[in-house]
Amino acid sequence: MQKTYYDPADLKKFGKISEWNEELGSKFFEYYNSVFKEGKLSEREKSLIALAVAHTVQCPYCIDAYTGDGLKRGITKEEMMEALHVSAAIRGGASLVHGVQMMNKVNKLEM
Amino acid sequence: MIKSLHKRESDLANSNRQLEILSNGIFQQGELPKFKDKIAETGQFPLKAKKLEILQINVGYMCNQVCEHCHVDAGPDRKEIMTRETMRQCLEVIKNTGAHTLDLTGGAPEMNPDFKWFVDEASKAGIKDFIVRSNLTIIRANKKYYDLPDFFKQHNVHVISSMPHWTKGKTDKQRGDGVFDKSIKALQDLNAVGYGMPDSELRLDLVYNPSGAYLPGNQASMQKDFKKALLEEFNIQFHNLFAITNLPIARFLDYLIASENYEDYMYSLVEAYNPSAVESVMCTNTLSISWDGYLYDCDFNQMLNLPVHSKVKHIKDYNEELLDGRTIMISQHCYGCTAGAGSSCQGSVT
Repeated sequence: MQKTYYDPADLKKFGKISEWNEELGSKFFEYYNSVFKEGKLSEREKSLIALAVAHTVQCPYCIDAYTGDGLKRGITKEEMMEALHVSAAIRGGASLVHGVQMMNKVNKLEM
Repeated sequence: MIKSLHKRESDLANSNRQLEILSNGIFQQGELPKFKDKIAETGQFPLKAKKLEILQINVGYMCNQVCEHCHVDAGPDRKEIMTRETMRQCLEVIKNTGAHTLDLTGGAPEMNPDFKWFVDEASKAGIKDFIVRSNLTIIRANKKYYDLPDFFKQHNVHVISSMPHWTKGKTDKQRGDGVFDKSIKALQDLNAVGYGMPDSELRLDLVYNPSGAYLPGNQASMQKDFKKALLEEFNIQFHNLFAITNLPIARFLDYLIASENYEDYMYSLVEAYNPSAVESVMCTNTLSISWDGYLYDCDFNQMLNLPVHSKVKHIKDYNEELLDGRTIMISQHCYGCTAGAGSSCQGSVT
């Protein structure tokens, strides 16, 4: 049994997911590849979104993949960090905005 | 300013040491497959030279810059410069060869004292595409070079220039402090005489290569981003962007080893190996001539001191019949030209 939950080498094995379910795996990767093609948003913009989301879901594989992808696309470290602050702001905001629920309850119950 | 590997007396200044590292590396992830075996899988070994199309002449390793990734290990401290006598021998070949492209490189080719004479003479040969690879900053380095844009125009030279990014930070980190500002000014000077304008026949192309241990992104997408940023920020126009992979040679090899990226980088090249790029690698239609007149399959082989596999070794003995069909000299660095969309001095090859 490996000593850690995550191994960077496993990222390269992502495609093997299809081996245990060819149909669903293939559909997923076809969808995945279509999502990242240029549309109304450029591939560059999508790469930055992916990087921000990767940090939100705290996926080390995704952070590895989309940091590398960004560098290849000429995305600067300043742009990457700005995208992360969007992620952090939404994540932080998501906690704080629930404070309204807390305040509603406190206001309802307290004299 | 950093010093060249030669000036630092680094081990890697020795091409044999570089080849030893490239050929004998046993990594944690296992032994790197041999390039020879890789191309043999698709029946492409031995790689053979086709008809000569591009004559690339390195007129000297002297340069006003010391870029961190330079495969030539060029710099102000390099004194290897092509003499007028060797240039005359090259001119004889230029006049008689069927090659459609003449490509002058360095170092900074403009620093060769006979550069203008050579361009004058070579331009009379009627070669279809006459390239000078200019690092841009040389145009702004000293008053004696300020007239280069006009000189290039007068000789209908195709200018290809390095520009690793449209931001100062990334550019200066790779190429040295102040390089970005000077490069922008030089590009504006070239635009001012007509280079790079949409309908202009004065060709101005840029070369992008990554500022670190990763492969270049899609050439067409990068070109779009470069064009947008340079036009919006600096009112600069150019024709094409060539995305070039950094080969693990000389100062880039030194950087890879020092930053502990060597193994991962070599594996990333192997993983991105593209057999269809092998068909069009530049060594099959190019001949590289060193400052002292010796012949190589490409500029990278020149730096690794891997001369052509032919009876003809020097430009003075040039014989197209003997050189056509020669077996190309290969080593592990060749993975750099076959990764992804492939890489050559003219950018992607697929």
